[in-house]
Amino acid sequence: MSYVSRGFRGRRKDGAGGRVPPGQYLTDDFPVLSAGPTPHTPLDEWSFSITGEVDEPRTWSWDEFRALPTETVTRDIHCVTKWSKLDTVWEGVPVSALLEGLDTAAEFVVAFCDGGYTTNLPLEDVADGNAWVVHTYAGEPLEPEHGGPVRLLVPHLYFWKSAKWLRGLALRQEDEPGFWENYGYHNHGDPWKEQRYWGD
Amino acid sequence: MERTALLGRLTWRLAGVAEVVPETARTATLVLDVAGWPGHRAGQHVDVRLTAEDGYQAQRSYSIASAPGESQLRLTVERLDDGEVSPYLVGELRAGDAIELRGPVGGYFVWEPGAGEPLLLVAGGSGIVPLAAMLRRRIETGDATAVRLLYSSRTPADVIYAAELERAASLEGIEVIHTYTRSQPQGWTGYARRIDDAMLAEVAWPAAHGPLAYLCGPTSLVETAASGLVAAGYDPAAVRTERFGPTGG
Amino acid sequence: MDDASLRLDGNAAAGLLGELFAVDLTTARCCCAGCGAAEPLGAEAVYVSAPGTVMRCVHCDHALAVVVHGGGRYWLGVSGMAWLEIPEPASA
Repeated sequence: MSYVSRGFRGRRKDGAGGRVPPGQYLTDDFPVLSAGPTPHTPLDEWSFSITGEVDEPRTWSWDEFRALPTETVTRDIHCVTKWSKLDTVWEGVPVSALLEGLDTAAEFVVAFCDGGYTTNLPLEDVADGNAWVVHTYAGEPLEPEHGGPVRLLVPHLYFWKSAKWLRGLALRQEDEPGFWENYGYHNHGDPWKEQRYWGD
Repeated sequence: MERTALLGRLTWRLAGVAEVVPETARTATLVLDVAGWPGHRAGQHVDVRLTAEDGYQAQRSYSIASAPGESQLRLTVERLDDGEVSPYLVGELRAGDAIELRGPVGGYFVWEPGAGEPLLLVAGGSGIVPLAAMLRRRIETGDATAVRLLYSSRTPADVIYAAELERAASLEGIEVIHTYTRSQPQGWTGYARRIDDAMLAEVAWPAAHGPLAYLCGPTSLVETAASGLVAAGYDPAAVRTERFGPTGG
Repeated sequence: MDDASLRLDGNAAAGLLGELFAVDLTTARCCCAGCGAAEPLGAEAVYVSAPGTVMRCVHCDHALAVVVHGGGRYWLGVSGMAWLEIPEPASA
């Protein structure tokens, strides 16, 4: 192992028992991680869409999207860079509600975003009440640096799957690896199985 | 054409801490002995890695403060209140300890005598560190390049290397211009605001002289100064920037 | 945190690139496959706080290179670079 630095602990918190997946450290912060410049799409040009393997694509303007019924949820989140943050509070639209009544043979979803970021998920990981499109964090509108106006929230997977600056979900019959999945990150990303990289 | 450097294998080395020298209330210089140090060029940096007993690691980059001719390696670190590495380096680390570092790296943000002149150095806060290394290089080689350093600090007490910069400014061909953005010395008649286009117009070498500029500090200062110099006619390729971001925490 | 501070200069990736390449690439000129502009890598933009390091073209934001390090491996994607012009190393 590397030389141990006398007296160094880092910024980690103690505790939390079984709520922290293997290899993770607890934090009170909300680190900002970014692979590119923060997009700033004016809300009057913004839209959210369900596209791909559907009979009829759906689109909402910002006003229409904000008018949709929401849920407030409290969840723990886990970043593949090893920090975990407990009891984060979000408000948004369940993905299942956005897909309601949709006829599709698709088994996969690609989340697509301003700035070109994408991430892929099995449809069952987002359709069954375990994913939301959120616009509010800790009671405040989601800040651009954290993915506002809306981001995907899929807390049961590593947080790179909770795509920032989300503009829509494309339903696909074939799985299509997204940005990080193409460069080594695990296709599924379950923190409890420590699925960080290819082959894990 | 610029040459690049053959790195060989870039490995982590152990550096012995000879001394930790306070510079200002929030900054200190680590004086290090590094066995087998290959030498460096002014402007380069090192990556520093800390490891906790349970294997947790954190890594940050720090510019080298010492001139290439010095026998010990010096890093000047600013302690960030919410930092993870800097509060350890400035606060916990003491003589007799050791730290892992890797380098030197970063051949793009380098100045040596002959690289270009006149030289404009623009620093904000701890961005002075690599630029001071360049100034020290200019002095230790007896080079005659005309240098102007524009250095932005919050208050006079925040000026790093204050006494040394005052001595440097008394040398032929070196000018140091301070601007203080929050509070100024008694009787100060100099600049008392953030760097802006008007200040650059008065301080920077005229573009027609073909100057070379190095800018280092917080992102907003670096971007303001870079676009200001380019707008004033500087060749964009002659304006080198090193933004200090989260890697310095 | 001011999110503009997440965007650094290419020089900040020098150490990471030095883990993979025997020459310092920060002075190598890179041609962007997105817009065709050529700049030294040290002058391009780099984002280091992500799950990986991403270098982007300062003219068009196209991802020039992506480096991920983990699980005992590195992944390097350079499809965003049309070419690299690397000066010969100065002799030791």
